[in-house]
Amino acid sequence: MKAFANLYTLLDRTTSSNVKISAMVAYFTNASPNDAAWAVYFLAGGKPRQIVTTKLLRQLVINASLLPEWLFEESYHAVGDLAETITLILPKPEVTLKDTEGLAIWIEQKLLPLRGLAPEELIPKLLNFLYQLDKESQFVCIKLITGNLRVGVSKLLVTRALGLFAGVDAKRVAQRLVGYTSITVLPNEDLYQRLIAPVTADSLDERDAGQPYPFFLAHPLQIDLEDFQIQLGEPSDWQIEWKWDGIRAQIVKRENQLWVWSRGEELVTERFPELAALSDYLPDGTVLDGEIVTYLDGKIQPFALLQQRLGRKSTNAPLLKKAPVAMIVYDLLELEGNDLRQTKQSERRVLLENLVQKCNQPQLIISETLTGESWEELAIQRTESRSLGVEGLMLKNKNANYGVGRTKDVGTWWKWKIDPYTIDAVLIYAQSGHGRRSSLYSDFTFAVWDGPIEASDRKLVPFAKAYSGLTDSEMRKVDAIVRKTTVEKFGPVRSVTPTMVFELGFEGISYSARHKSGIAVRFPRMLRWREDKPLAEADTLQSLHALLPAS
Amino acid sequence: MDLIIARPEGLYCPIGDFYIDPWRPVDRAVITHGHSDHARTGNNHYLTAEAGKNILLKRLGHDIQLNTLKYGEVINHHGVNLSLHPAGHVLGSSQVRLEYKGEVWVASGDYKLENDGICTPFEHVRCHTFITESTFGLPIYKWQPQVNIFKDINSWWRQNAENNRTTVLFCYAFGKAQRLISGLDASIGPILVHGAVEPLNQIYREAGVYLPETQYVSALTDTSKLRQSIVIAPPSAQGTSWMKRFGDYSDGFASGWMQLRGNRRRRGIERGFIMSDHADWPDLLTAIENTRAERVFVTHGQVNVLVRYLTELGLDAQGFVTEYGDEELEEVECVNLAEATVPENTPENIDEMSTGEMSTSKINGEINI
Repeated sequence: MKAFANLYTLLDRTTSSNVKISAMVAYFTNASPNDAAWAVYFLAGGKPRQIVTTKLLRQLVINASLLPEWLFEESYHAVGDLAETITLILPKPEVTLKDTEGLAIWIEQKLLPLRGLAPEELIPKLLNFLYQLDKESQFVCIKLITGNLRVGVSKLLVTRALGLFAGVDAKRVAQRLVGYTSITVLPNEDLYQRLIAPVTADSLDERDAGQPYPFFLAHPLQIDLEDFQIQLGEPSDWQIEWKWDGIRAQIVKRENQLWVWSRGEELVTERFPELAALSDYLPDGTVLDGEIVTYLDGKIQPFALLQQRLGRKSTNAPLLKKAPVAMIVYDLLELEGNDLRQTKQSERRVLLENLVQKCNQPQLIISETLTGESWEELAIQRTESRSLGVEGLMLKNKNANYGVGRTKDVGTWWKWKIDPYTIDAVLIYAQSGHGRRSSLYSDFTFAVWDGPIEASDRKLVPFAKAYSGLTDSEMRKVDAIVRKTTVEKFGPVRSVTPTMVFELGFEGISYSARHKSGIAVRFPRMLRWREDKPLAEADTLQSLHALLPAS
Repeated sequence: MDLIIARPEGLYCPIGDFYIDPWRPVDRAVITHGHSDHARTGNNHYLTAEAGKNILLKRLGHDIQLNTLKYGEVINHHGVNLSLHPAGHVLGSSQVRLEYKGEVWVASGDYKLENDGICTPFEHVRCHTFITESTFGLPIYKWQPQVNIFKDINSWWRQNAENNRTTVLFCYAFGKAQRLISGLDASIGPILVHGAVEPLNQIYREAGVYLPETQYVSALTDTSKLRQSIVIAPPSAQGTSWMKRFGDYSDGFASGWMQLRGNRRRRGIERGFIMSDHADWPDLLTAIENTRAERVFVTHGQVNVLVRYLTELGLDAQGFVTEYGDEELEEVECVNLAEATVPENTPENIDEMSTGEMSTSKINGEINI
């Protein structure tokens, strides 16, 4: 455990990618394959189901420290992180046992078997384990138990470190890593050895039949329209499509079986029986890339409806009827067992069109392409995005290969998104953040007026929460004002005298019975602080309603 | 009979007619120590510990009307016996002991129990009523002995020097800086200081405290040594153009607030060293217990928490509203509050602020850093 805790501390301390990579490589070099298997799992974001409930963890530390429960809660509010609070409060054991066991033993033989034990048995056992660890290791251990270990490394960085360590191309490691952190499998030495195995002549045989490809991701296009021509060339060089607002997914059909993978590399086949049914219509050796959307009466429905399908593992008949899904496909990554990723976008498109036509199923829809004489003309078409329920346009170079992740070396996908909806709203509640921002009031609730400016008795109605979009220095200023203008405190939340107006941006808006305002917005964030704007001129519920799509 | 009460100007002794660390100008002020939230300008008469004389003159100006007492020396003022006792916080810091007709009160100012080797260590003074600070009044705050911290800092510095990187350690200029310097291993490289730090080093040295040799950054003639150096600078230097001269440097911050990972990360520094001149949770409780006081007043920090905890232990505990802060955060916080101009369309804010809303937010110990 100590070696892994040291690695965590090193990764946590630095912001330099190179330092992080060399720390990981050093760890892989020294660790046993068993331990490394688990380390990769956690570094790449794997989370076993929670081993011990936070309630029991609280009880454990309260028992061990003899502190009153309220004092523990006060401490937790000050720290903002449960594992850290527990680590700080847990008394030092009288005798520290030496921690000589590796990560794998800790997880497999000590921690995982705790799951489901009765509290009277579990608490002393776990406490005993924790007392074998120093403070750094205790913190990491509790994070592992709660399934909350967030390390400051991206999956990409882990694949680079593994690739460097194993002498294998990082892209290949990324491909092998797909599914490694799935909640349904636990890592072991064999799986790890497969990650770092030398490359053999035939690359397909080292893959499970159900393996998807690493997704190719788009970059935001942030240039002015007049520069499009210079930077991108002719529109005819590009495959132009709507940017659908759904769930990015791959359908893999091999060996008479079909898998649906979401972009989080989660296997979601069971959640979408409509797509699973395509198994009978797609030939073996096919991999499709596209977007899952809800599709009803020949129209794509708002994301809110799709969300009802996401929360659950399986699904039932009424829901299937209310929110049926379809896949809008826009790429073909494998056909007849051949990896097409090195084939040109335009050629893949032709093959895709043929395939979708042959398959001829209503839940498999080909992504429409757009054409235009000029970028200006396309910009005009793009203004229809809102009414179509899409986020803008996608531009894909017709000569591009299908890359891995956010790479740009084999061609680029651009997302040309429409500007977000905006509204001027008033900050009325503030809550302290977590982790890095635990000592700052950084999570806010925003409200709009429920009546026009001339209404004498109008009130502020909360409608959205947001916590991103401010610079560090703005955040400090807002924090200080929150403290100065606090009216009441409810636990970690403060209500404030309304004084601050912010321009909020959001991506989608829909009716909601669950929200006080009757409205739910998607991805709300602060665009800017309107210090110039008087409170009375903040927007109203009516202005929010005006943004709702006509239906 | 209350020997000390809280007034809008500060803690006040009605019988003796003087204030302790007042935050508004008064006639007579007893100053526990020279940090700016305790020692303010504008008072007519000052009284402080002999050991803190030069600090106070340096900070408040040489023209103040200042009297001093040796630790333990007693003077009688309007029938109140007053003496000062070491608080172990910084050079010249003291607890104020007041005795009137057999009743003893002690106001602690800021204190720590660990002997830091550069100021007179804390003395446990028995009393009936104790006024304690509570800056780190939560059980999450538990300090390591300073030797451990010095070891960590020196090995961090040594490693940077080997990698040819300048080491920059941010800390409060008065007290913390000297404590850190006293623990540095000068064999690693030159110890460079920011302009805000060196005058205070001189005062410590004049008081007979041994500190290894330090020099201004600009005085370093052999610039090839820069990358082997450690630079001691106040937190306000972070992110300024003054830092540019160090090229690729490794930075750290020494403060009790570094106990929390969120604070370490928010600071944007590579290393956080947990070292404070305030008592941690166990030491607060020890100090309170050793006074044998039955009544405890809690000031600045985690007032509500400590009051509740002491009450549950059976003590008569209450909070005192003060405007003391935490010197380590003072600079940072001043900047934040100055930036935080409340929009004008809400006259009610002004009222809230003048009714002590500010001090409430401080006593709750919610500090920006």
